[in-house]
Amino acid sequence: MLTAQEFIDLELKATQIRQSVIKMLLAAGSGHSAGPLGMADIFTALYFHILKIDPNNPQKPDRDRLVLSNGHICPVLYATLAHRGFFPVDELSTLRKLGTRLQGHPHRESLPGLETTSGPLGSGLSQASGMALAARMDQASWHTYCLMSDGEHDEGNTWEAVMLAGKYKLHNLTAIMDRNNIQIDGFTEEIMPLENIRAKYEAFGWTVIEINGHNMQEIIDGVERAKVIFEKPTMIIAHTIPGKGVDFMENKFEWHGKPPNAKEAKIALHKLRTLAGKIRSEHE
Amino acid sequence: MINQQAHLNPKLFDQDIEKVPTRDGFGEGLVLAGESSPNVVALCADLTESTRMQSFRDKFPERFIEVGVAEQNLVTVASGLAAAGKIPFCASYATFSPGRNWEQIRTTICYNDQPVKIIGSHAGISVGPDGATHQALEDIALMRALPNMVVIVPMDSIEAKKATMAIAATKQPSYLRLSRDKTPVISTEQTPFQIGKAEVLAEGKDIAIIACGQMVYQALQAAEQMKEHNISVRVINCHTLKPLDEKTILEATDECGAIVTVEEHQVTGGLGGAVAELVCQKFPVPMKIVGIANRFGESGESEELLEKFGLTTKEIIHAITTVLRMKPT
Repeated sequence: MLTAQEFIDLELKATQIRQSVIKMLLAAGSGHSAGPLGMADIFTALYFHILKIDPNNPQKPDRDRLVLSNGHICPVLYATLAHRGFFPVDELSTLRKLGTRLQGHPHRESLPGLETTSGPLGSGLSQASGMALAARMDQASWHTYCLMSDGEHDEGNTWEAVMLAGKYKLHNLTAIMDRNNIQIDGFTEEIMPLENIRAKYEAFGWTVIEINGHNMQEIIDGVERAKVIFEKPTMIIAHTIPGKGVDFMENKFEWHGKPPNAKEAKIALHKLRTLAGKIRSEHE
Repeated sequence: MINQQAHLNPKLFDQDIEKVPTRDGFGEGLVLAGESSPNVVALCADLTESTRMQSFRDKFPERFIEVGVAEQNLVTVASGLAAAGKIPFCASYATFSPGRNWEQIRTTICYNDQPVKIIGSHAGISVGPDGATHQALEDIALMRALPNMVVIVPMDSIEAKKATMAIAATKQPSYLRLSRDKTPVISTEQTPFQIGKAEVLAEGKDIAIIACGQMVYQALQAAEQMKEHNISVRVINCHTLKPLDEKTILEATDECGAIVTVEEHQVTGGLGGAVAELVCQKFPVPMKIVGIANRFGESGESEELLEKFGLTTKEIIHAITTVLRMKPT
């Protein structure tokens, strides 16, 4: 169990990361809003509590690997890496600008802390599976995580990887799906229905855990449970609210692929500061 | 005149020259690469025997991954293995890999700069009876357009073995193109092979034939026959299409003043394209590209198809005489 202080610290960190995401998107003038905000709690839990990583030695051989498959939510990855100390927080304002290390979609060689290049959907789980296979061959103890969107389950490549990880019983692989039910053209169940997604994963030989993707304790418990399942890979279906923390963006697929304007950003930042204040006062 | 430094097969022009598929050389080379480095791993998409990965699989079962009929997964799993320090070889037929998984190769291997080795077997029209769906004629173009990618088309099984070991020792993404059919063993173990270094196999000063893959044999035959007409033909084995050996090619354009390229690939985007891009910008000379003329293949025996699609010594000689007429006197 997290202590009360750890819980508060993580929640506040997630709020800071959300504020950074809004500022970055405003400065960039393009990019995705809903996904990054929806995944801020999971990124915070992973990078500030779960992953064995060292910002001072990003290539440490025995580090845990995190593959971001749906590269378009990279603002939240960049913001998290910066807050974790991989590079200066000030650099976040260069997102998508000429000469930046913060490319519109992540490029591994540009920025410390990235494990792969991504953007085109459906290829991350395969790469994470390859990493998990390599760790097994080397009898290494590091763990591989793959963050995926629900929409990218439309891609055939995703299911090829689901089959392979099931075949090789990759228990050193944990996937986390951002089940926010939206994609660019609308709601996932209208565009290309994914349900029953839990039964599908189970049928392919995976353990499935479902969590509330905004509850720090559930996120951490889910990942810890996944790590002690030694027979199968685990899929954590994280139910999230796209745009979480900024009420006018929440659950709106229209916010999937666009940034806030100056006025909207101002309101969003105000709401996030109020949220941080609320977290602090609840604690006190 | 055959270049003695090339140490070619002494039985080069004999009727009973030994014939071995380049995929066999790959299979041998992969086992040797596996012996020399524990990081070499192999992945196959349900074509282990026909891509000649079975020897590696039998010898190093713990380093072999069968992904099933899933070429997109084949190369992306390989990318992940490479990211964790492995040197993955992934094999399928060239129409499927790199045919079906080009974007995955582009993003997760080339842009990501991971040392994955793509093995495209059954390339070219000489695949034979399987027909056009299985005859990769565009794979060189697909791979050559990608930044960071090394592209190699070995002329025979011995060179395929050397190329396999050579790409295993580099950190670069690489594409190795192989053929199904048995083809003449042109070289010997002593023949030089270096990635990026084209080899002059026959000396000549009137015209240069630049060829790759099994067409190098037809090129040597054509050069031999041109002797009777007092035409001295240089034959260059351009096994590495990327990076292209500019020095050897520009020396040939300078000293011979005319070029014919020959390949078992579409005439767009392949060896002819690569040579034309170089020559027209740095040393324009008359040139002709011999290859598949913007059409699909069909079923038939290998020999019949090479004949029908114009990949013969006769066609090369026809191209030589045409280009020589274009040459300023």
